[in-house]
Amino acid sequence: MTADRPQSYPLTNIVVPVESHRDSAESAAIAPPQVKIAARNLNFYYGKYHAIKDVSLEISQNRVTAFIGPSGCGKSTLLRIFNRMYDLYPGQRVEGEVILDGENILTLKNIGLLRARVGMVFQKPTPFPMSIYENIAFGIRLYERIPRSEMDDRVRYTLTKAGLWDEVKDKLHQSGLGLSGGQQQRLCIARALAVNPEVLLLDEPCSALDPISTAKIEELLFELKSNWTVVIVTHNMQQAARASDFTAFLLEGKLIEYSVTSKLFTTPADSRTEAYITGRFG
Amino acid sequence: MISIYARRRSIDATSKILMGAATVIGVFFLFWILWTTLRFGVAGMHWDLFIKDTPPPGTDSFGLRNAFVGSLILLSISLLIGVPVGLMGGTWLAEYGFRSRTANVVRFINDIMLSAPSIEIGLFVYAVMVDPMGHFSGLSGSVALAVLMIPIIVRTTDEMLSLVGSDMREAAIALGAPTWVVITKVTWKAARAGILTGILIGLARITGETAPLLFTALNNQFFSKDIFHPIANIPVVIFQFALSPYSNWQQMAWAAAFITVLFVLVLSLVARWFLGKVQVPK
Repeated sequence: MTADRPQSYPLTNIVVPVESHRDSAESAAIAPPQVKIAARNLNFYYGKYHAIKDVSLEISQNRVTAFIGPSGCGKSTLLRIFNRMYDLYPGQRVEGEVILDGENILTLKNIGLLRARVGMVFQKPTPFPMSIYENIAFGIRLYERIPRSEMDDRVRYTLTKAGLWDEVKDKLHQSGLGLSGGQQQRLCIARALAVNPEVLLLDEPCSALDPISTAKIEELLFELKSNWTVVIVTHNMQQAARASDFTAFLLEGKLIEYSVTSKLFTTPADSRTEAYITGRFG
Repeated sequence: MISIYARRRSIDATSKILMGAATVIGVFFLFWILWTTLRFGVAGMHWDLFIKDTPPPGTDSFGLRNAFVGSLILLSISLLIGVPVGLMGGTWLAEYGFRSRTANVVRFINDIMLSAPSIEIGLFVYAVMVDPMGHFSGLSGSVALAVLMIPIIVRTTDEMLSLVGSDMREAAIALGAPTWVVITKVTWKAARAGILTGILIGLARITGETAPLLFTALNNQFFSKDIFHPIANIPVVIFQFALSPYSNWQQMAWAAAFITVLFVLVLSLVARWFLGKVQVPK
């Protein structure tokens, strides 16, 4: 699946100021970021309600991009466009383009394969009612038939990547529902990674977790970006500031400001961004 | 202030007394029925009940073997027909129909079926199966019982699947799983205890049904496993023997009633035990 993937093209036409590349290069990898997802003139409707208003932005490869904004600003809606979750619900529709590696995903026919490339983790941990092992194997079996020994390796590799292996290696065949909330959420991240996606979408993954579990997931995000492009929705500004390279601030369905995280939080260009990050509303 | 408080206390006390009295009346009759069944039933218990067939009139012997076997056959075939239909119907409602107009109409009709008098179901099967076939048959009895059971399974399956959070469904879909995999591997599994409970409740419901069998399976004085002809069964044997003038037949009717009550009791206990295992996703 990865072999015939089109090459990423260099970052062009991004809202991010050019001088910011050095900052992100310091904080993340050495290579300059490339565009993984480019959204152009997105409009989204829940029935008649216009939830996303003409949003264009580019998501950089191997970086963590955060969407912040007050409740109802459209940040989760925007995220759910990237793996076409909205397709499940009649009455929800989108206009515009989302280019993933040069291909408009909004017109794709095989949505299953798109979702294999763009994984998603939700607000509430949702382990499936099966063992920890089977939770991971579930996704792998959707796309590959591999022998048991190879499956064991994949499960181990994925759980290690999600920082959960040491905690669960002795109870792989117990129910995933028996884990703590933070462990369950890392299991869900591992499950999403097991399919070997290119992009990982996280929709407020820590809002149901305690601070220690949250810290573990934030560390994990830092690890993940060496292999994956990560987009995270959060209503926790400290989290965006700590864990992301780029931050987009949305308000009432509009993209207000999008730049390197350190810049957005220190010298925001828009007065509304400043008002939000200083806690004057939201 | 004081007078309002005193008034509330007296209303509270009166309501408690009325509710307590209602409970006592209900439970009193329930135990009276159980006690009568137990007293006469135990008196009629005899090993011959299980190894000999129903005796002809005018003899002193005991035997219900043919009726037990007949009832087991009828119930098994009803399960074979009713479980797949009910399971698929309920699954359609919960997983595809949602709150659509069609689904709500189906739910409404299903609720009517749920409380349809069983004698009508018997007449219906008589008209569409017994009459065209030209004779009573065990198969038509099973069909009548299945028709009674299906609405119960549809209802519980629908409700139990609806309890499975949309989060879990979305999480499976976000991995790229096609709908049928999501249903068979995830949501059925999550709801299995509840679905099984529904099947057991349905089975308990049809175990003692007599009216539909009078029009369909009828009865057979002899041992028979031929489902295309009349077949002996416990409810109709109870009906005939209880109304007979022979004391050994009357005793057998009580014994059969007692065993039926025990069977339903065990089914209900097992159903309760399963229901206790239902993990309602929080």
